[in-house]
Amino acid sequence: MSQHPTTYVPQSAFGKWFESRLPIAGLVHSSFIAFPVPRNLTYFWTFGAILVFMLVSQIVTGVFLAMYYTPNADLAFQSVEHIMRDVNYGWLLRYLHANGASMFFIAVYLHIFRNFYYGSYKAPREVLYILGVIIFILMMSTAFMGYVLPWGQMSFWGATVITNLFSAIPLVGETIVSFLWGGYAVGNPTLNRFFSLHYLLPFMTLGVVILHIWALHVPGQNNPTGIPIKSGKDAVPFTPYATIKDIFAVVVFMIFFAWWVFYIPNYLGHADNYIPANPAVTPAHIVPEWYFLPFYAILRAIPDKLGGVIAMFSAIIIWVFMPWLDTSKVRSTAYRPLYKQFFWVFVAVCVLLGWLGSKPAEGYYTLAAQICTVYYFAHFLIVLPVLGFVERPLPLPNSILESVMGVQKGGAGIPAGANAEPQSKG
Amino acid sequence: MMKRTLLIAAALLGLSAPAFAAGETPVPPQLKWSFQGPFGTFDRAQLQRGFKVYREVCASCHGLSYIAFRNLSQPGGPEFSEAQVRALAAEYKIQDGPNDAGDMFERPGRAADRFPSPFPNENAAAAANGGKAPPDLSLMAKARTYERGFPWFITDVFRQYSENGADYLVALLNGYHEPPQGFQVPAGGHYNEYYPGHVIAMPKPLSDGQVEYPKNEAGQPQVPETVDQYARDVTAFLTWTAEPHLEARKRLGFQVILFLLVLAGLLYFTKKKIWARVGGEVEGHATPPMTHNP
Repeated sequence: MSQHPTTYVPQSAFGKWFESRLPIAGLVHSSFIAFPVPRNLTYFWTFGAILVFMLVSQIVTGVFLAMYYTPNADLAFQSVEHIMRDVNYGWLLRYLHANGASMFFIAVYLHIFRNFYYGSYKAPREVLYILGVIIFILMMSTAFMGYVLPWGQMSFWGATVITNLFSAIPLVGETIVSFLWGGYAVGNPTLNRFFSLHYLLPFMTLGVVILHIWALHVPGQNNPTGIPIKSGKDAVPFTPYATIKDIFAVVVFMIFFAWWVFYIPNYLGHADNYIPANPAVTPAHIVPEWYFLPFYAILRAIPDKLGGVIAMFSAIIIWVFMPWLDTSKVRSTAYRPLYKQFFWVFVAVCVLLGWLGSKPAEGYYTLAAQICTVYYFAHFLIVLPVLGFVERPLPLPNSILESVMGVQKGGAGIPAGANAEPQSKG
Repeated sequence: MMKRTLLIAAALLGLSAPAFAAGETPVPPQLKWSFQGPFGTFDRAQLQRGFKVYREVCASCHGLSYIAFRNLSQPGGPEFSEAQVRALAAEYKIQDGPNDAGDMFERPGRAADRFPSPFPNENAAAAANGGKAPPDLSLMAKARTYERGFPWFITDVFRQYSENGADYLVALLNGYHEPPQGFQVPAGGHYNEYYPGHVIAMPKPLSDGQVEYPKNEAGQPQVPETVDQYARDVTAFLTWTAEPHLEARKRLGFQVILFLLVLAGLLYFTKKKIWARVGGEVEGHATPPMTHNP
């Protein structure tokens, strides 16, 4: 998984025999033990580990839930209540899984915005970053289909609204929609295929996560200064330094997670989803889950249906082009005084879009959503390319060590040479 | 400057206009519940009274189809004795079958049976109730809520406010009044202050003194036999039917969080000790000087 030459030497005779046939111990050693990690990483760099924990948590709770859940339009709602009432600790499994989706998105949004702030998407990490965007899209699809499975009112009507978006595509739209539905309306075939895909996509996500980690281990981690590791003193070995920090962060995140699961387990859901799906009654407000709200606001900001759908999907697809839209050579926003302001405006716009997505699409809400949508795209298409030319960045430190410890002071780190090839480009 | 202030004020007014229009329904008052907060538990006597209200008032139209009689004796609920539950179940006629001859038959209920619904199907329920079937009450306390709005939806996370449904139900059951001047209530509808749109199909279900409560030694009811008390008791009961493992959940939550806090503390000091080998943990970057290099 890493290009770093491994220093792993098998001790036992069996170890030597096995390593010469499948060098997996050496792979693990070079990737997760000897792997050099910048010594100045903040807790924003622990979200990778937190996300791996969340993915595993979702898969494990999901596998157990699937043993009791029935993907049938007449039985799904009852089977969820059966899990909640009669299955031993079924309520715990379901609340962990339902709230786990939200925790997963909280962690992924922090991970994404850390990447935006410290320029982690820039060369040489473009492929790593694009794999991340693919993971995010897979997560969104999985979460959407998962929310449909309890077959409550919001499940049913959310599925109806979102799948109907595809009907905006000219010529083939209607065909695509009836293909998604497995019929001419959202019904039992829709629920069946959503269940099937909801079970499949997390394993595809896991595959892309492995690629994402692989791609991370080629250039190594970015860090708050944005400058690469230049000598052994800039880095520490992954184990035990990053390992213990990641484990600590995961446990702190678990406390946060537990607060929702045990004390306010229905806060992030909708009351309407405790009403069984009824195609004859439309809920007063059809609102998606909170993590879709910024994109939902963009969708509704455009008065034209097809335009809205294009805008919504473009809002994510545009991320893929960020490494080339950002013309600044400096990675870390810490050294970009002008971009720092634009970054926080962008964060505020995203939060505002989320709030607007939860409001009815009328009057000033629509106007505000339109202004925010324009700004959202302007951030990528105007701010990022232009700032690279007009901004004068602050002087970069000579090394990570110099930045965090002052010149030539401080500890051991990894001996020079035992380390990755430093990047030539700053 | 003055012009700008006016513009901002106009924008704020404009933004609040739709909110005001939607805000005609008053906000339900937040009540004190024994089951709120991290250590909340149900009040057994209240759940038992609430069950009596359900059985004598609500059950004539509303089902409780996710609840089995046996649930009434489980820990964390009303905790009737098993003998009481068996006797209660036997009072109900449950349709069973088909038997060996292929016929459906009726038998007395058993503890494992669920509450039979008052109507054979939804159409019959609708036909008997002016065209609108009375909803099942099993999940009612989680299936209803009211808009919290900014900033309350944020503070709710910290104070663990999750009794939205319960507060709404009590407000609704207390919310039957004469309609205000000029408000036309359509035929078959009833005015309710807290129901969205104010016209509810359900007639006022509760009245003072309607349900007899257990008496104390002096022969007085232990709690007042009023609409408000009935509403609170039946709502507490419906909160339990919607979330029968609420007590176990909160108890386990406390244990889990306590364990994780201790573990996090130990990990924190382990981490400090490990990082001391390389001169301690350093994070982030030095604040760069705010001067520009030419």
